[in-house]
Amino acid sequence: MEYNNKKELFTVTVFSENRVGLLNQISIIFTRRKLNIESLSVSPSSIAGVHKFTITAYADEETISKLVRQIEKRIDVLKSFYYHDDEIVYQEVALYKVPTVELLEEKNLESIIRHHNARILEITREYTVIEKTGHDDETTALFEELKRYDIRQFVRSGRVAVTKSPEEYVTMYIEERARRKEEIERCLKDE
Amino acid sequence: MISGAEALIRSLLAEGVDTIFGYPGGAIIPVFDRLYDYKDRLRHILVRHEQGATHAAQGYARVSGRTGVVIVTSGPAATNVITGLSDAMMDSTPLVVITGQVGSELLGSDAFQETDVIGITQPVTKWSYQIRNVEDLRWAVARAFYIASTGRPGPVVLDFAKNAQVAMMEWRGYKKCHFVRTYEPNPVINDADVERVAAMIDKARRPLIISGHGVEIARGEKELLALAEKAQVPVTTTLLGLSTIATDSHMFKGLVGMHGNVAANVAIGECDLLVAVGLRFDDRVTGDPAHFASQAKIVHIDIDSSEFGKIITPDATIHGDAREVLARLVDKVSPARHDEWLGSFDKAWKIETEKVINPELNDKSRINMGCVARKVSEAAGYGAVLVTDVGQNQMLSARYFKYTAPRSIITSGGLGTMGFGLPAAIGAKIGAPDRTVCFFTGDGGIQMTMEELGVILQYGVAVKIILLNNNFLGMVRQWQELFYDRRFSETELVNPNFVMIANSYGIPAEDVETLDELDGAIERMLAHDGAYVLNVNIDPEELVYPMTPAGSPISTILLNKDERYEK
Repeated sequence: MEYNNKKELFTVTVFSENRVGLLNQISIIFTRRKLNIESLSVSPSSIAGVHKFTITAYADEETISKLVRQIEKRIDVLKSFYYHDDEIVYQEVALYKVPTVELLEEKNLESIIRHHNARILEITREYTVIEKTGHDDETTALFEELKRYDIRQFVRSGRVAVTKSPEEYVTMYIEERARRKEEIERCLKDE
Repeated sequence: MISGAEALIRSLLAEGVDTIFGYPGGAIIPVFDRLYDYKDRLRHILVRHEQGATHAAQGYARVSGRTGVVIVTSGPAATNVITGLSDAMMDSTPLVVITGQVGSELLGSDAFQETDVIGITQPVTKWSYQIRNVEDLRWAVARAFYIASTGRPGPVVLDFAKNAQVAMMEWRGYKKCHFVRTYEPNPVINDADVERVAAMIDKARRPLIISGHGVEIARGEKELLALAEKAQVPVTTTLLGLSTIATDSHMFKGLVGMHGNVAANVAIGECDLLVAVGLRFDDRVTGDPAHFASQAKIVHIDIDSSEFGKIITPDATIHGDAREVLARLVDKVSPARHDEWLGSFDKAWKIETEKVINPELNDKSRINMGCVARKVSEAAGYGAVLVTDVGQNQMLSARYFKYTAPRSIITSGGLGTMGFGLPAAIGAKIGAPDRTVCFFTGDGGIQMTMEELGVILQYGVAVKIILLNNNFLGMVRQWQELFYDRRFSETELVNPNFVMIANSYGIPAEDVETLDELDGAIERMLAHDGAYVLNVNIDPEELVYPMTPAGSPISTILLNKDERYEK
């Protein structure tokens, strides 16, 4: 297969058994190829007992395709995929903590919140926490706007993503593996 | 109720284990205590250093095809097995290495002889798992043997916490593992892929096979020869694949790679179809990959699909067990004749024979390494197992030994581990007691794991040790001579009296100073019923040829200091 060698941000997903030490196994595969993980998030998937890692990294497609195969080779990994941005629906969450006193004087606060489709999670005398979900450029835009209110803390989550494909490959794979298990057990019984 | 340590021993027996290479220590004493009661069924070979245990287990596994088993303690013992694990990972060797670990309650506290075994071993193992709970034990052992020995084999580590060794459990029998949901060692071979490759072979006018370690692992030697003969495809091999075809077979055309045969490397550039079976296109095989097999369609057959396109982009692949794939191809291909193509190898062979092989074998002025290897191979009736260390001794013994049976070369190919040889030879002899095991080493490599002579002493392991002694780290010296202006930085060794060392371990030994002493010494060595050491005086000026300089196209071949191969 021919790839262009342009670097872009890829989203890598990994489905694995829920076993201690997997994050380490996956991250060293990135390290060994000098790939910096831009963001990472780990959670249970829709399938009971199966964990999902969502990782983003800048690389060319050839590198990322080889990386995915090395990840999938790890024994406790079920499946691993990589995606271009247009193949997935993805989201990130950002939290901004600003001194409440800075906001009190602001006449445009409502329009900022409205414009960015953000929400206020908590207000105390000392600080206010604003939440914004969106793509990287959107959470960054709000950051730029809130800068003048003296942001005390800012954090952005790793990307989470689901595919646009109508096929659920992991579910299909797990079903296929269950059939394989039955087949092997039948063979053993016959012996 | 039985202890976790007892359950481990019973599990090993249930897996058919009869030999363990190991070394006791604090965090594994409960296991060794149980082992004491199983001496009649489980032979434990006490090595002298844990690295030696892993290499011995590798030698045992490679010669027999069975999984090598190692039991050592925690901390420094666990760090000492890392080299063997890496080596086994690179050369696809099935090992189950059990390390002791401090009790679960102490984990993470920098306890005495605690080390992060899982963290350290993950990058160099196929799988590693910490047994903290005795209830996991049978599951983990069964999985370990299944994973280590199936698919593309490799090393597995079980880190056995001391609390789980002493905890009590109900035995309730042992179930072998036959299935892991996330791992498929026997991929179903795609018929369409086989058809496609068979058609490519039928169509090719200058087809060439490279046979690798995967053919040996799959025991596909018969099928390889059948395919070669039916479709008239000449066979070359990698270093680890050398004994997948008899050296004297009319279909064998040579070793590929940096110090391979001229005809084989030239053919890679000239073939129109390259069928690579069970190999991973190591840089020592390909030279500059951009110039590799530039006229050829490339077919890659492997059980590990992550190898496809890793180095060389194939035109077709077959994912599966090498023996099965070869058998299917034998059925599908049409009988063919490629007389002219087969004959075309003769010219390069003639030149190599004239310029390299004859001077190596027939030099009257000194003892050449290749000459020693050929003489030993011949005197042993060509049926011996060759075990090598790493460097010039490795390349020249591999080149000049002859192979007539499968599983006859055991060498550290991927990792290139100096010190691999002596313990691997011990393991090989234990794994194949009826075969003659000839171990070729250098004065550098043998001193890296020389302590294992103690194992030969203790267990009477009849390894024939041929020490090609030039008082130099010869391969590095060769590069310094060819590429670093003869600046021999830190490659000269002042060596001990190896004969006295061997004798102090109860091993008969002799110095071979001149060529006229060689034949008699070899005869005495092979006639002796036990281990034997020949310390052979080698000229440090002897270099390994042919040679493709690192990073050059594989067809750029130096025949000697002054001549290159020209078509």
